[in-house]
Amino acid sequence: MNPRQPEAWLVAIMAAIVLFTMVVGAPAIGAELQFENRAEEERFRRLASELRCLVCQNQSLEDSHAPLAFDLKKEVQAQMRSGKSDDQIVDYLVGRYGDFVRYRPPLRAGTWLLWGGPPLLLVIAAAGVWKVVRRHGALVADVPEDSAGAVRAVGRKRRNSA
Amino acid sequence: MIPEIGLFLCLVALALACVQVLFPAIGLLRGEAAWLAMARPAARAQFVCLLAAFATLVHAFLVNDFSLVYVAQNSNTALPWPFRVSAVWGAHEGSLLLWALILAGWTFAVTLRDRALPGDIASVVTAVLGLVSISFLLFMLFTSNPFARGVPAPPDGADLNPLLQDFGLIVHPPMLYMGYVGFAVPFAFAIAALVRGRLTPGWARWARPWALTAWLFLTIGIALGSWWAYYELGWGGWWFWDPVENASFMPWLAGTALLHSAAVTDKRGLFPGWTILLAILTFALSLLGTFLVRSGVLTSVHAFAADPARGVFVLGLLGVIVGGALALYSWRSSAFEKLPSARFAPLSRETLLLANNVLLVVATAAVLLGTVYPLIVDAFDLGKISVGAPYFNSVFVPIMVPCALLVVVGTFVRWKRDSTGRCVSMLRMAAVGAVLAALVGGFAIGGSRGLQSAIGIGLAAWILLGTLVALRERMRADGPWFARFSTLSRATLGMSVAHIGLAITIAGVAVSSALTDETVRRVVPGDSVAIGGYAFRFDGMRESAGPNYRAIEADISVTRDGAPVALLHPEKRAYVVRAMGMTEAAIDPGVFRDLYVAFGERFEDGAISLRVSVKPLVRWIWLGALVMAAGGFMAATDRRYRFERQREARATTRRGRGLVEARSA
Repeated sequence: MNPRQPEAWLVAIMAAIVLFTMVVGAPAIGAELQFENRAEEERFRRLASELRCLVCQNQSLEDSHAPLAFDLKKEVQAQMRSGKSDDQIVDYLVGRYGDFVRYRPPLRAGTWLLWGGPPLLLVIAAAGVWKVVRRHGALVADVPEDSAGAVRAVGRKRRNSA
Repeated sequence: MIPEIGLFLCLVALALACVQVLFPAIGLLRGEAAWLAMARPAARAQFVCLLAAFATLVHAFLVNDFSLVYVAQNSNTALPWPFRVSAVWGAHEGSLLLWALILAGWTFAVTLRDRALPGDIASVVTAVLGLVSISFLLFMLFTSNPFARGVPAPPDGADLNPLLQDFGLIVHPPMLYMGYVGFAVPFAFAIAALVRGRLTPGWARWARPWALTAWLFLTIGIALGSWWAYYELGWGGWWFWDPVENASFMPWLAGTALLHSAAVTDKRGLFPGWTILLAILTFALSLLGTFLVRSGVLTSVHAFAADPARGVFVLGLLGVIVGGALALYSWRSSAFEKLPSARFAPLSRETLLLANNVLLVVATAAVLLGTVYPLIVDAFDLGKISVGAPYFNSVFVPIMVPCALLVVVGTFVRWKRDSTGRCVSMLRMAAVGAVLAALVGGFAIGGSRGLQSAIGIGLAAWILLGTLVALRERMRADGPWFARFSTLSRATLGMSVAHIGLAITIAGVAVSSALTDETVRRVVPGDSVAIGGYAFRFDGMRESAGPNYRAIEADISVTRDGAPVALLHPEKRAYVVRAMGMTEAAIDPGVFRDLYVAFGERFEDGAISLRVSVKPLVRWIWLGALVMAAGGFMAATDRRYRFERQREARATTRRGRGLVEARSA
């Protein structure tokens, strides 16, 4: 095989990459949503921060500057203006892109462990603490219970003698 | 030639690490102290070798030796020299070498302080660290050799990822690794305790200063990472619950639990098994963090290097190290039952610290669950889901609120038993103050965010006031205040300082997330954006050039009621070699508020879009973390550890000598 061939390939790929970055990576010209007022902007921000930019590594729609994210932002804004509620907009996006688009996963068959896990662990942990404390507390039971006053007196004495 | 010397030194280091493991093992089996004693010089020589190897890689970067693949991929002749040094750990191969070097550094530090330890324990600790070192050196040499040559050498390098060309990257990874790797030391102490069957409080006391030091580095590392994301990623967020962020946060949470549990084991001899498990868990999570970041199984904004084959290696390593440790634990578990059990009442510091531990571990588990759940769901074909900030906030915060409430009670209540009456009467004023702060803060902020910020402010005030009350309680009752103050131990002071740091962070999080005022506007020169009482005027923009990038710089003048406050210059950069765009936010920092401007888009008609925000108390988030780290430093340097060590050592060297003699007889 001609040893120069792989290099020719590389050059072609490099050229394609350079061309691609010139088109895509060039300082983006013009693309930013305009809002009528602060209330609309704040509602949009809240909503878009819970949505995922589908072409980014791991960024919310709100933070993303990707062109596709901009199209999606425009869509969200248009739906807001047409009077849809936040839930309706999210439902629409989930219908189109699946649950992947939401940063707040829905509660369904596949996610019960996700939402139920931490509370369940908390209950188990509380039961564990209760058991341990009771066991060690039982060891104290044969010692006469100190009154609050006695403990305070001991504390005072200790401080005075120190 | 020099890089080959570097590679050779790595191989020598590997051989020394083997000596560091095998010789003590033989020494234990044959009961000969001379074999045990080989661990120390081997560990020290290993550190020197890796330091020299690391220096050769730094040298390769400084002289632009692009015949090394790693240098060619991550540097460039136009890259300023400080970034050429930090580029050494800017990608996978060099990060691993740094990891190995830091591990050797920690081991070296252990050998400097181990004269106070019983000889067999010191050697086993060094051997365990050697085992970890062998794994990572093999990992580096087999999957990711930073000294590999590429033929032909390119005339120039592909440059460092522009995101990483920043001061934050010079310091953030080393700090983070110091923390991650540092937790190998308490892990090694735990394993040594299991191997030698010495489950008495001794090991917890020896491990405490090391765990504290690792923890303080991890705290600083996480804070630096968060600060870096805040000013470099361009959206002004400081925590995204991104998998890579979570990867560093999980060992921090588990490590925090470890510090508190080790205190109970040290002071009262209680929960020795739990403390050992936490030491294993914390180091396991550090390894998991390395796996998550290095394997590419998770998509993340910080996933700079991703390679599945490497992921499998780290996962295998995690399995072997953690599996081995747990097997050892279960083998010894019957011994734990024979230990004498101390008594404590339901209202005692023991109970409170146990509750703190359990909450921190549940919080760790919740973060872990949310981080790996998308992977699990995907693996079982249940569809693709995203788990992000809304999930973590709604799960993590409810677990941490009781934890923050208990902080104060835990520092105040006495060991063994205490009376409800004493606690209530002493903490009453702190509680009243906290409720007042919460009410004032909540109503001042008002609206939909009023409640959550009231909770945050109330908690911060509660921790601050309660900690001060507890401090006063611990001081001597007579004499001038400075004389009384000086009676406090560094451990007590450090703990209080760290808790106050936590209060500062909580206040920063609560206030900045409730009161941050932000807007994105399209502006032409002369336009002003009014926000949060400040006016940001766009005066114009100009082109500028850096060493390896071109930039457009906007001039923004900020005024408040007509008076000038700051001139800000947000930039949009185009890095030449990587053809990559970056936004450089401009920030006017302040103790009480940050003014934040990021350059958004450029329009054809000369207009630009700006993201402008006023962020009250945002700096407190990182300030609090630094205060926590300072507290950790004070506690780690408490005299007690040194003196106790010497006393312990005198007693145990006699024991150890007896053991060796008995074995050899």
